[in-house]
Amino acid sequence: MKSSVIVFPGSNCDRDIAVALNKFNIKNQMVWHAETNLPKSDLVVLPGGFSFGDYLRTGCIASKSKIIKSVIDHVAKGGLLLGICNGFQILIETGLLPGTLLRNKKLKFLSKNVYLKVTNSDNKFCLGYKKKNIVKFPIAHNEGNYFAKDEIIKNLEDKNLIAFKYCDSEGVANDISNPNGSSKNIAGILNNTKNVLGLMPHPERAIDPLLSGVDGSIMFKSIFQ
Amino acid sequence: MKISAIVTLKEDVLDPQGKVVNQTLKNMGYNNITNIRQGKYFEIELNEASEEKAIKVADEICKKLLTNTVIEDYKINLK
Repeated sequence: MKSSVIVFPGSNCDRDIAVALNKFNIKNQMVWHAETNLPKSDLVVLPGGFSFGDYLRTGCIASKSKIIKSVIDHVAKGGLLLGICNGFQILIETGLLPGTLLRNKKLKFLSKNVYLKVTNSDNKFCLGYKKKNIVKFPIAHNEGNYFAKDEIIKNLEDKNLIAFKYCDSEGVANDISNPNGSSKNIAGILNNTKNVLGLMPHPERAIDPLLSGVDGSIMFKSIFQ
Repeated sequence: MKISAIVTLKEDVLDPQGKVVNQTLKNMGYNNITNIRQGKYFEIELNEASEEKAIKVADEICKKLLTNTVIEDYKINLK
């Protein structure tokens, strides 16, 4: 199984995700944003960080990079695409996922471990969470407050495209367990064909018992099950 | 009364965001754009009947709060 991690100026979780992919025997290649051809990949990852210094809007400049056209083609052919944190923001700016990510409700950068409920495990990224659907991942973001028009939220709910919701240790998703003000406690969403996942929390930082636990490992094991 | 204020970096101050936006537009095929500078826009509503006084207040808040006068310029417009 092969993966490509796209690297932008200002990406800072590109090596974390590469370590995670290697750990689970996925052959990974780093791809610079100015390339036009994507190497043959089963999975493409847009990593976390602050691509292009968050200039104009988070993810906006990166979404116009040369490599993005081949990433969109890869998705159209049914390839898997994962956007983590700033990668999620880039996915939204490319239009591959709907809605937008506003500044956190309390206008503070959040860096902590949070509980998440896996609300859709019927996709390649989350198959392994059928048995364990309350997990703990780190978050580290300033713009993670998911917002969209009512009809978009309704569509996400009707088609079961919300993959992760912020919750407490019991799995209760409410205002108290919502760290950043996201609509419906949304932490991650899928596209209609469920081959694109964008999420604010960092599964790649939860793959080692010494660092934030191992709940993220399940995702990387699931992908190529 | 409504007043708007536009705050921009002074011409000789480097604007990295504007430069990146400019370069991105070029990459997107807009080759006829020669320069872009990014700034901030404020809409100010105030209880003041006299235009002259309103502008004076706006000028004051631009100097005291909205602008870093070392690196930024501002323009005030009555709406």
